[in-house]
Amino acid sequence: MKPAPFEYYAPTSVSEVLELLNEHGYDAKILAGGQSLIPMMNFRLVQPAVLVDINKIPNLSYIKTHENGIRLGAMVRHTQAERDSLIKERVPLLHETMPQIATIQIRNRGTIGGSLAHADASAELVAVTTALEARFKIQNLEGERWVPASEFFVGLLMTSLEPEDMLVEIEIPDLPARSGWSLKEVARRPHDFALIGVAAVLTLDKKDRCQSAKLVYLSAGDGPLVAEEAAVLLQGQKISEDLIIAAAEKAATEEIDPGNDIHATADFRRHLANVLTRRALAEAYQRAKGGK
Amino acid sequence: MENTITVSVTVNGTPYQRSVDPRTLLSDFLRNDLELTGTHVGCEHGVCGACTVLLDGEAVRSCLLFAPQVDGHEIITVEGLGTLDNLHPLQEAFREAHALQCGFCTPGILTTLVPYLEENPNPTEEEIREAISGNLCRCTGYQHIIDAVKLAAEKTDP
Amino acid sequence: MTYKVIGKRVKRVEDPRLLTGQALFVGDVSLPGMLYAAFFRSDYAHAKVISIDISQALEIPGVVGVYTAEDMGDDWEPGPPLVSPPPTLENVVFNSRRQVPLVKGKVKHAGEIIAVVIAESRYIAEDAAEEILVEFEPLPAVVDLEKCLEPGSVLVHDDLDTNLAAHLIQNKGDYEGARKEADLVISRRFHLDRGAAAALENRGIVADWDEKNQHLTVWDATQSPIPIRNGLAARLGLRTHQVRVVAPFVGGGFGPKIMMFYAEEMVLPWISMKLGKPIKWIEDRRENFYATTQEREQIHDVEMALSKEGHILGIKQKFIHDTGAFNPYGLTTPLNTQSHSMGGYDVQNYYSDLTVVFTNKTIVTPVRGAGRPQGIYIVERMLDIAARELELDPMEVRRLNFIPPDAFPYDHEIIDQAFATLIFDSGNYEPAFDKALEMLGYEDFIKNEQPRLRAEGKYVGIGIVPFVETTGVGPYEGARVSVEPSGKISAATGVGTQGQSHMTAFAQVIAEQLGVEVSDVSMVTGDTAEFHWGTGTFASRGAVVAGNAVNAAAGDVRLKVLKLASKILETPEEELVLEDGMVRVADKPDQSISLGELALLANPLRGAVEPGTEPGLESTKYFGPAFGATAFGVHGMILEVDPETMMINIRKYITVEDCGTMINPLVVEGQIHGGVSMGIGNAYYEKLHYDENAQLLNASLADYLIPGSTEMPHIEVHHANTPAPNNELGTKGVGEAGAIPVPAVFAQALENALHDYDLEILETPLSPNRLYELLQKKEDNS
Repeated sequence: MKPAPFEYYAPTSVSEVLELLNEHGYDAKILAGGQSLIPMMNFRLVQPAVLVDINKIPNLSYIKTHENGIRLGAMVRHTQAERDSLIKERVPLLHETMPQIATIQIRNRGTIGGSLAHADASAELVAVTTALEARFKIQNLEGERWVPASEFFVGLLMTSLEPEDMLVEIEIPDLPARSGWSLKEVARRPHDFALIGVAAVLTLDKKDRCQSAKLVYLSAGDGPLVAEEAAVLLQGQKISEDLIIAAAEKAATEEIDPGNDIHATADFRRHLANVLTRRALAEAYQRAKGGK
Repeated sequence: MENTITVSVTVNGTPYQRSVDPRTLLSDFLRNDLELTGTHVGCEHGVCGACTVLLDGEAVRSCLLFAPQVDGHEIITVEGLGTLDNLHPLQEAFREAHALQCGFCTPGILTTLVPYLEENPNPTEEEIREAISGNLCRCTGYQHIIDAVKLAAEKTDP
Repeated sequence: MTYKVIGKRVKRVEDPRLLTGQALFVGDVSLPGMLYAAFFRSDYAHAKVISIDISQALEIPGVVGVYTAEDMGDDWEPGPPLVSPPPTLENVVFNSRRQVPLVKGKVKHAGEIIAVVIAESRYIAEDAAEEILVEFEPLPAVVDLEKCLEPGSVLVHDDLDTNLAAHLIQNKGDYEGARKEADLVISRRFHLDRGAAAALENRGIVADWDEKNQHLTVWDATQSPIPIRNGLAARLGLRTHQVRVVAPFVGGGFGPKIMMFYAEEMVLPWISMKLGKPIKWIEDRRENFYATTQEREQIHDVEMALSKEGHILGIKQKFIHDTGAFNPYGLTTPLNTQSHSMGGYDVQNYYSDLTVVFTNKTIVTPVRGAGRPQGIYIVERMLDIAARELELDPMEVRRLNFIPPDAFPYDHEIIDQAFATLIFDSGNYEPAFDKALEMLGYEDFIKNEQPRLRAEGKYVGIGIVPFVETTGVGPYEGARVSVEPSGKISAATGVGTQGQSHMTAFAQVIAEQLGVEVSDVSMVTGDTAEFHWGTGTFASRGAVVAGNAVNAAAGDVRLKVLKLASKILETPEEELVLEDGMVRVADKPDQSISLGELALLANPLRGAVEPGTEPGLESTKYFGPAFGATAFGVHGMILEVDPETMMINIRKYITVEDCGTMINPLVVEGQIHGGVSMGIGNAYYEKLHYDENAQLLNASLADYLIPGSTEMPHIEVHHANTPAPNNELGTKGVGEAGAIPVPAVFAQALENALHDYDLEILETPLSPNRLYELLQKKEDNS
């Protein structure tokens, strides 16, 4: 279990990275935290000819406010985000998500940008950034562009990143007032990939009716799976137990598209999705009513 | 070797410089190039935790880093904690509580716990379980490890 | 007997080295000029090898050689049978087929080795292995334990006209007669699946042929260095003194680190001799899942006949055991199942029909528990079902059937894994069982706690299971104990050590005999240069068999010390005491001599000695029991399950353990904790998933789920003590005990927690997914 040979570059600026990506195209792979990439390289499932290590680039690990939200450099490590007071205050869903990701050793090294660019459908950050309607700043030699999460994740381990692109920044907008959130997942052991998980965000209007709802599932399809019809069921309605049951049922039986593997059948995943959606919506609703 | 790269790194306070194939895993670099074999390799896919070392003070899996990535950084391995005649208090507590049997996972558990205990000097059993949940042990069922951590915490936190 | 050192919670002497990273494991061996091996293994489980092209691999810079079966010529030979079937059993069908060093003709399980690359680094060796081109003709795989016996099935071994590896029947009393008397006969089918030992250290070998000295040294992460040395010498045409096998610190064994030989164990020394260079190979985790032996897959059809009061009148079972592609380990594992399917109960009528089959899966040899967990699972599940049908208290049914304390030694009249009659030497089961019920608060839980929790909407259940473990079987082990002129003690034994604390526990035995500090004893295990008679570490036998050999040798040294000291101090032996490294005249503390001085006097450099004198204060002794020492224990848990998510939480776990005399309770407790963790794995987490092509689908630690710290409960251990009557120390083994009853306890607790659902659990391991399916089936039926 040793990786195949590669050419190694450790540029110290984004522009150098972009030059290298431009030069090597599909042969090159960016090495951020490496906590998903290196295991695959050790199994020789991935054999990039060129590795562009972006750990030596300064100023990609910031967490700052920006207008109505926060912005994170792509190299913010999981532990850094987990401990950050700004994230705790402004993006509590993200704060709560962090300790549920992998193990402490992985979180110490793994980066937010790396996890998002890897786009594993079972990754919490993929679902949570989608639920929070995050935007991603992408650079290449031509310039930069912002891509919303809904367009960033395009399929199984696929994003809208082209070979010459680099993800440099993530923006997460503040939730409106009277919003509540929840992340629920079931994993065999707490740090394993979840069999299924759901990130729920609910916003209530002044009359306690659901103004908007977002349900995003992990391990439920090729990418983050948004249950749009279940959200429509909730919209404009007074949240009740029956409504939650109906929405959960809709999402779990009609909208998500989980697969079979050795850990769980699609059927069991749908069942779990149903249970977790109910629990997540109930918690999100309680939090929304709480005023935040 | 044609494709080599120079790595300068401080390990356990000692500066080293070696020329390596860039794909050399940090675990192999420590064990083979620096002959620090206390860091053990159990899975090479980031699950077992046996290879945990401290990179600039933080616990990381050395099988999920390439040697050139630690150029200019500081590493602490199990060899940097205590010596045969002068065990680190955590090592002493491990011995006291019989927290190791075959001892293969132990270096990675020690390196995981040293920074943890600095930040959390008085953890509960549940917190200790969480703290070592990234380290697999097949011999102890973890119980004596938890006892040892409590013992170490008591001794250092009067 | 009162002891000063035995029975104390002594800190381990091996720890400082392990804790500081100074202990030598095979992976740490580094020799000048060392080369590295990597293997090309078959991805197919069953396929003909049509052609092998190594030309591109040889062109990679740094590659020294590539070897295939053809290169081995006449040296190519299947491994020897490590364990033969018991010669004492009649009418045994046994088709012996052993693993090969390199595949010739046909691959029989995924992971078998087609070619070996030797290169300047492991990285380069793996690069080259990727360049080897092998043309395969894939064949349908033999997977299913029953279908493989149907006429026309694909065959694992073409030279056999069947996939039958073995068949035998063991019989005691008259089951059919007992059945006629029964008030209740229940029959059930059980499925038990495969798990891995998954020691944290994978296997590893460094083989170093020294041409000038004509000497081979092999560092091997094995539980059995002496048989490996003897076998290698025989295979390589060497004398035994030309081969030294060292099992240094070994990072966990749990059974699979005994084979003779693993393919790599044969091939690498052979190549080292060809090249005259040291060769190193450390198994990686992926290889470990394919190439290291596994266990536990069996299907049982069981019948139990009972009286209406709950007395077991008889048990009948027919079971199939999957041995994988080869059967080098004989019948050890399924014989253990046969021996343990009566638990600790007085069963007068027993009929057990065993069929062993070959499949295209990884070879099966014992893993911690070794067939015993299956036996205990079956008898305990059957008792739970019987109690339910008879509307009796399941705990009362167990009490009713225990072998009573005055019935020992209890002869089971069948043959066990040691080829001897299965005799339980001693035991006192009921008090230990009552203690367990008390620790878990059984009565109160059932009457008060459980209904209260249920009213709160919680599903919490209780499970309590007693079990026996046959331990400490023969043939023998030996030890040498020697007093050095420094007054320190050097000792050696043949068994290897993989975390069992031998260096401390055996030192305690010696310290007890010779009146020295534990830290004054230097104990060597697992190095054939130090001690070359013995078999290995298996069957929970270290403390019993090696422990008593150490005790015998130390006792003999004590006699020599007393004899010499008596002469020098001019005092009768019975007035002498050994303490603090000295021999003292009792009541006259100033009249004394140190052990070191005595050692010097016992080994004079000049002058005459009496004829027949043996030099030094040294002794070598052996211990070989006629039959084993049977340990007993009870495990219990309180289990909470969320019937919506199928997630579990073990709220409480208790054990009562009777392993006779404990040399070091701290070590005993550690052994139990570790065993329980594997047992919990076998109950709800650890399953090797093979598909219809005999492909293993979860060959990584990310997908093969070993319990971590967050899955393990706190375990409360209580010790009972019924000393073994047939060895001087009174020890019984405990190494495997922790793992044995756990799946049975778990199943009982889970059924109890989900009482509303009326589940009957007849398989292990379970998983959340499987539990969901079982609950769904219940719903569909109702």
